[in-house]
Amino acid sequence: MPTLANYLIASGILFAIGLGGVMLRRSIIVIFMSLEMMLSAANLSLVAFSRYGLVSGHQNYDAQVLVFFIITVAAAEVAVGLAIIVSLYRARQTTHVEDLDTLKF
Amino acid sequence: MLLAAFWLFATLMLAFGTCVVLLRDPVSCAMSLVLSFISLAALFITLDATFIGVIQVLVYAGAVMVLFLFIIMLLDLRSEKSRRLNFGATIGGLLVVAAFLSILTGVVYSSPALSKALPPLGASPISDVKLVGMTLFHSFPLPFEVVGVLLLSATVGVVVLSRKSLR
Repeated sequence: MPTLANYLIASGILFAIGLGGVMLRRSIIVIFMSLEMMLSAANLSLVAFSRYGLVSGHQNYDAQVLVFFIITVAAAEVAVGLAIIVSLYRARQTTHVEDLDTLKF
Repeated sequence: MLLAAFWLFATLMLAFGTCVVLLRDPVSCAMSLVLSFISLAALFITLDATFIGVIQVLVYAGAVMVLFLFIIMLLDLRSEKSRRLNFGATIGGLLVVAAFLSILTGVVYSSPALSKALPPLGASPISDVKLVGMTLFHSFPLPFEVVGVLLLSATVGVVVLSRKSLR
């Protein structure tokens, strides 16, 4: 039987991979994919806590409802983020983060 | 059985997640992310969260990734050109990731409460989906409405953003 620690470590490693992707990749669309990966890693730990912290013999469904809300918000975030990327591409003809240095000090 | 499923799907999830970071072609990245999300949905199902697993496949692996692939196609993105690595940023990034992982393993393995075995579920005549729905509509009706408004405003925002000229 896998323990709660197993699931938490798996979710932590997935989060770390996403974090590494955000910091190392230069294509804005891959950075965005890595962000989605980090969000799902948080979902995995929430679902694991819901399964291991039983409430009167049931899973803790409050956590699963929270995951449901996170997925909804993530879907809205993806729609807006991709629209921003498209209008950015129209304005600057690039999706490379290093070409976007207007705010650089 | 459950342990084997956990290791199989956790390994697949992390391997495809690594592919997302390492591959150069954005389409390959998106396809690896789809497979990673499907393995994650399988992990949800090993945790008896059937509804969340199905939603993960439908929303993430389905809708969201189709949107990503559509944008990649629309912008006609090629493979990322291999530019010189920014060494400061690379080393800093790897340090942050390593620090995060070491703190996490330290915390997780120092707590004996986190290494207990899987508690058995009580027998329930009501299905998983029904229980999620009951919790959602009995305990969280207001957040549900707020999320509906959020989705509507996101849709309107996307339409405004994607017009030809922003005024």
